[in-house]
Amino acid sequence: MAANTISITVKIWRQSDPNSTGSFENHRLEDINTDMSFLEMLDVLNERLTLSGGEPVAFDHDCREGICGMCGAVVNGIAHGPERETTLCQLHMRHFRNGETIAIEPFRARAFPPIKDLIIDRSSFDHIITAGGYVSMNTGSAQDGNTIPVAQDKAEQAMDAAACIGCGACVAACPNAAAMLFVGAKVSQFALLPQGEPERKKRALAMVEAMDKAGFGNCGNERECENVCPKGISIRNIARLNREYIRAAFTAD
Amino acid sequence: MQLDAQIPAGALAEKWENCKFTNKLVNPANKRKYEIIVVGTGLAGASAAATLAELGYNVKSFCIQDSPRRAHSIAAQGGINAAKNYQNDGDSVFRLFYDTIKGGDFRAREANVYRLAQVSNNIIDQCVAQGIPFAREYGGTLANRSFGGAQVSRTFYARGQTGQQLLLGAYSAMMRQVATGKITLFPRREIMDIITIDGRARGIICRNLITGKLERYAAHAVVLATGGYGNVFYLSTNAMASNVTASWRAYKKGAGFANPCFVQIHPTCIPVHGDYQSKLTLMSESLRNDGRVWVPKKKHDTRPPAEIPEEDRDYYLERKYPSFGNLVPRDVASRNAKEVCDEGRGVGETGLAVYLDFQEVIKRDGLEPILKKYGNLFHMYEKITASDPSREPMKIYPAVHYTMGGLWVDYNLMSTIPGMFVLGEANFSDHGANRLGASALMQGLADGYFILPYTMGNYLAQAGACDLSTGHKPYDVAEDAIKEKTKSFLRHSGSGRKGLQTVDHYHRELGALLWDYCGMARNKKGLEYALSKIPEIRAEFNENTLVPGTGQQLNQSLERAGRVGDFLEFAEVMVRDALAREESCGCHLREESQTEEHEAKRDDEHFTHVAVWEYTGDDREPVLHREHLEFENVTPSQRSYK
Repeated sequence: MAANTISITVKIWRQSDPNSTGSFENHRLEDINTDMSFLEMLDVLNERLTLSGGEPVAFDHDCREGICGMCGAVVNGIAHGPERETTLCQLHMRHFRNGETIAIEPFRARAFPPIKDLIIDRSSFDHIITAGGYVSMNTGSAQDGNTIPVAQDKAEQAMDAAACIGCGACVAACPNAAAMLFVGAKVSQFALLPQGEPERKKRALAMVEAMDKAGFGNCGNERECENVCPKGISIRNIARLNREYIRAAFTAD
Repeated sequence: MQLDAQIPAGALAEKWENCKFTNKLVNPANKRKYEIIVVGTGLAGASAAATLAELGYNVKSFCIQDSPRRAHSIAAQGGINAAKNYQNDGDSVFRLFYDTIKGGDFRAREANVYRLAQVSNNIIDQCVAQGIPFAREYGGTLANRSFGGAQVSRTFYARGQTGQQLLLGAYSAMMRQVATGKITLFPRREIMDIITIDGRARGIICRNLITGKLERYAAHAVVLATGGYGNVFYLSTNAMASNVTASWRAYKKGAGFANPCFVQIHPTCIPVHGDYQSKLTLMSESLRNDGRVWVPKKKHDTRPPAEIPEEDRDYYLERKYPSFGNLVPRDVASRNAKEVCDEGRGVGETGLAVYLDFQEVIKRDGLEPILKKYGNLFHMYEKITASDPSREPMKIYPAVHYTMGGLWVDYNLMSTIPGMFVLGEANFSDHGANRLGASALMQGLADGYFILPYTMGNYLAQAGACDLSTGHKPYDVAEDAIKEKTKSFLRHSGSGRKGLQTVDHYHRELGALLWDYCGMARNKKGLEYALSKIPEIRAEFNENTLVPGTGQQLNQSLERAGRVGDFLEFAEVMVRDALAREESCGCHLREESQTEEHEAKRDDEHFTHVAVWEYTGDDREPVLHREHLEFENVTPSQRSYK
């Protein structure tokens, strides 16, 4: 962890509200410690903007350890930046070069309307979960945990899918702004587990319907989503979603 | 302030049953007539909102993030305890109760902790039924691992993402109730005040973080599940938005604040590496199952770890605590790390770190099984530090992680304000002076799924219906005060005045002061110094903070200013509490009170109580009340992990 510093130029998207036309703004930043996280670099920018009488850049962030899914931006054309399986908050400045210009803009999709600067509205994801991303059981009605055995490999695959943090990078990276990876991950988690069985068909149909209604596009097999997913969620989950959907559509009770 | 803990009659094991039986019920048809506000959507808030809605109550759920799924419970890594005894290793409800009481250094209520251990098993069943992908054995049964402070294997887990999976389970249950219309979501709202009418909690005022507008909501009861106050230290493992504001405003409306000085400093975090640092990252305690903690025997030994031979290494936890070894409770592990670093044996550039080494276990079991257990943690560590823990030992150091203190609640989880309930980390109830690993998830979900839904009915059945209009005077008074404060924060916006500082500048200053004088080791002189400095920082903050922009827009600087303003007030009560507790217990080490072996030395004669602070006015000192703790089923002893 040797302390190195770099100087960079950030070319960052500014938009004061949902209805205004945004534009890029350039800021030169000297002496950025390469052990800083990307968001800490934005903190430095904001401190300087504030003290020089400007308005700081609004961006969403919370846990800063890569799990809450709150942060995200497109950095140099890539959702969450150049490192694989890394959220923006876990991206560090050691991955950038001295003198580099870094373009930063919000996740863009029709289903993610802009709010301010890098902040967008992802409530469409909540609507999709509301449509069926759960097992319908009331508190208090559960049987003993070990009466539902789950084979270890199935549990592991379900966990691979359940690792989704709902950040929306998959949508931002997709040329069709599809949310198939997000929906596929949730549908897969339950399709792989016995607990999901009773509502399996209904869930797949309802979640896909909600996804379409929210204005997300369809999968074109570009695989961009998988490449930017900070949790490495595989597009096998999209294939499974398709199978689940077809199975439900053709065999609905 | 009256402190009646409402502990039910009967033997320890029967108290909860007795409570549920004597509680008044709201009949199913009447539940729909009641409105309940739940603030916060972490494990406690989300599970409470979902369960109350399933019962038929109308729930309004508020959160500060853009979606309920993002609350900071999501970052909990290691696991959740339950007394299932699936491993056949001698676990029981009583043993989980005993470990938790002892781990908390005998500063928690017996009845609460026993109930927690009782419902722990229901939580696992509930979460499995929801489809949470817990780790499994080859035969399909649930897997367990060990955690600090226990000698049985009772921790259930989903890789290193247990908090995420449990939270998404509670969130899913909530969203199912959103679909039925029983829950209305209010995301991107920050609570600004609690409204009391005729002495009862009746509503809230919150700020819509997108428009800046103040909004009023009324209900028959208010539930705060707003988390802990660890960010008073600026650097902690908490999420950036975690704050004390809801609890602090409730305190000012008459809620007692219990044991504010009980702050857990977690032993295994990535060390601080620069002044730009915005937060600290935890490495799950589960790593201590297989990792060995050591420092060089010699002071200022700068050789790389691989070049330090076995005989020059001091595995100090294994040496000092042979029976628990690396699995001693968090407070003990943290204090020992500080001790070896203070001796000059710390490692890394700053000397404020110890090694957590996996070489031996990798040699014994191979790399693959270790990566299966800890792969995501190794990955996260490498991302932050650019060093691979499977090749060289992790460097770790303690960091502020969890707050055992919080708003005082009775056995029914109700605060000293009738109709205001407090759940999860925001209350003080179950962990005493130190929380054991994998117990926070247990408590949050116990409170929300299995306790509040019973005790809420009892309150509503007795309090009855009330007028839910938001035109009452207390709303006007509170809103005027909030507007005044906002105006004051914004008065330098665009002024160009010299000498102003950002909000974070003062937050950092407060944090450094508290870490030095109210952190891992505390003494009278240091605490008195901190108590004299806090008002100075607060005065500077009130005078010279530059908050840009306006109040009628999304303004993150303004949000932070409100939170830091409350931290600056709260810090004083925290330090006062640390000063008043002239004993050591659990996390709270007063240097004046130590055993010969530098372990925390309790003073049971004078301090077997919960310290509860009452607000008496901005310019007056808070009043200390005491809830005496009775131990009828365990005998407080000097904790020994040797």
